[in-house]
Amino acid sequence: MRFYEYEARKIVELAGVPVTKYGFCTSAEEARKVAEEIGGPVVIKSQVLTGGRMKAGGVKFADTPEEAAQHAEEILKLEINGHMPRGVLVDPKAEVKQEYYAGVVWDGTAKKPLMLFSDMGGIDIEEVAEKHPEHVGKGHVSNLLPVSDFEAKQVVAATGVTGSQLNRATPVLARLARLFRENDMTLAEINPLAELTDGSFVALDAHMEMEAEAVGRQKKLLRKELGIAEDDTRETYEPSDFEKNVGAIDAADHRGVIQGKDHGFTGNLGLVIGAGGGSLTLTDAVRNQGGQPANYSEIGGNPSVAKACGLAKEVLEKDGVEKIAVMMSIVSNTRVDIVARGVIKACLELGKDPGETIAIFRIPGAWEDEGFKILEKYGVEYCDRSVSMWEAAGRAVSKIQGAPA
Amino acid sequence: MSILLDKDTTFIVQGITGREAVNLTKECLDYGSKVVGGVTPGRKGREVHGVPVFDTVAQAVAHHGGPIDGSVVTVPPAFTKDAVLEAIENGIELIVVVTERIPRGDVAEMVELADMRGARIIGPNCLGLIVPEVCKMGGIGGPAKDAAKAYQPGRVGVMSRSGGMTTEISSSLTQAGLGVSTAVSIGGDAIIGSAYAELMPYFEADEQTEAIVIYTEPGGRMEAQLAEWVKDNNSRLPIVAFMAGKFMDDEEMKGMSFGHAGTIVEGVEDTATEKIARLEAAGIRVVERIDEIPDVVKEKLGATA
Repeated sequence: MRFYEYEARKIVELAGVPVTKYGFCTSAEEARKVAEEIGGPVVIKSQVLTGGRMKAGGVKFADTPEEAAQHAEEILKLEINGHMPRGVLVDPKAEVKQEYYAGVVWDGTAKKPLMLFSDMGGIDIEEVAEKHPEHVGKGHVSNLLPVSDFEAKQVVAATGVTGSQLNRATPVLARLARLFRENDMTLAEINPLAELTDGSFVALDAHMEMEAEAVGRQKKLLRKELGIAEDDTRETYEPSDFEKNVGAIDAADHRGVIQGKDHGFTGNLGLVIGAGGGSLTLTDAVRNQGGQPANYSEIGGNPSVAKACGLAKEVLEKDGVEKIAVMMSIVSNTRVDIVARGVIKACLELGKDPGETIAIFRIPGAWEDEGFKILEKYGVEYCDRSVSMWEAAGRAVSKIQGAPA
Repeated sequence: MSILLDKDTTFIVQGITGREAVNLTKECLDYGSKVVGGVTPGRKGREVHGVPVFDTVAQAVAHHGGPIDGSVVTVPPAFTKDAVLEAIENGIELIVVVTERIPRGDVAEMVELADMRGARIIGPNCLGLIVPEVCKMGGIGGPAKDAAKAYQPGRVGVMSRSGGMTTEISSSLTQAGLGVSTAVSIGGDAIIGSAYAELMPYFEADEQTEAIVIYTEPGGRMEAQLAEWVKDNNSRLPIVAFMAGKFMDDEEMKGMSFGHAGTIVEGVEDTATEKIARLEAAGIRVVERIDEIPDVVKEKLGATA
């Protein structure tokens, strides 16, 4: 789950990291008031879940509250990379002496959080790591032991930072590492972490992402502290009707799991496929043999006839779908006969001939003899494990390419 | 021989009274595995297919009268970490975590404790492992008769991020007469207990294993880690890899997750194209088509024989 900057700043603030006296506004009038309270030059920043807002004109400086209101008005209407802003953040224009970077990410190989610190803040950390590796300090923290300040200190000191800067930056990085663990983040970044002319350190911008699997146990932070609504899931894109419908069919019945995606797919061959790895393998196999999938799907965990039928119907009703291919890797839990019944039922209910509509049925495994018997009755071409996933996908592609448009 | 399991391996099932766990227990018993107990808090005194159920792992160990080798953990995500820690602290050294949707922080905690205690975790979000005709630990391969059809003893070690594809690939190796030494469903999450490179030393030491097949997906850097391991260790084992999910390299798929939680392209290193390049640079053959695997393995075995 991704957070807006104003939320990310609130998160670091809650963890004890100093921030400037910023205000989140959804109207030009509010922006004027916040600018008045700040009383001096301000920055107005678009609150969008996408990068590149500076380039797109989503960040502007103002010397007076009137100017702040005017900029807010414009920025609130400005679409950036297809995203409309949720609001603007009005921030005092900071007197920055030096910019630093503080971040924590997962190291999947070490299986531990990795602290990162750089005295070259304000720019992309990956770029700094590549061009100036001596300016990036790194250090793992334990998942079991408490994060100690000295661990953060070592990382900061590795970049050559010393003096009062070292002593100011150390607790910031240590607190960031603690909040990363406690709040189930997958990314926690303060960039820039600014040293102001008075010597104090503040988080001028922050970027946070929380693991989807942990959203349920982080309710206190999400709902109470940040006021994020339960249905505000922050998907990277708006789900399509197909995706919503498949989701609803899945939620209506606890037996088995079905998933469907069609974002980025525009072909004519509907895919009723599974399971996780099987679906990836089959989607590639269709595309690499010249086929054009209309969607991606996953069947798993022994769904009911109604569920398999529901998925097949949704796929068949998509614009441009001429045939469906029903394919899975060898199943041991999902029953072949149940999926067979489901997809045949879908064809019949839509007034289509299963033998014509189902280009191929390739699901070997549990209850396959029973399944194959049903398919035979309806004249559906099927195959067992002696036909590879690649070959089955190829048969489906050649059938649809030979079919009249 | 085999890796991690043998004919004497004993294990328990944590969460044994759950619907899926009851099936899994029966499948393992039918296959000949030694399931010596089960744990579900509050259900002490029951039996599942003749297996005694206890409230705690300690009770199961006491009843068994000696150390138990392994545990299959299949409890809801919110309770998984505690169950795994309980297993580790009661001397269990091989833990298969079936549960999916466990937050990464919990997985990392379990793995860190396992490392401290000398235990090994397989999974989470996996189907376990199987040594054909010897022992099956987890739902891998399904009911005993289905597992027998897909898994025959042989020369090839299999590691896969997808449980279903472990069986698909093993079945093709069995059909081709090559057979399987040990097959491990390693799990589809971003952080797992045992990545390819961490299991390679076991296969390396196993005389029965003459080649390795891996099934892999976009996301994470465990393929890069394997490539590094191969370069550093001068392995005797030829490795054949299959990469699924190449379609995810398309620009519009960026940031979307398919198949498994860990299968998401977040950075440049995560893409299928990048991973294939890394594996190939380490001398690992990456096949284009899933059905090429048995022939390429035969070719590699011929070359090393």
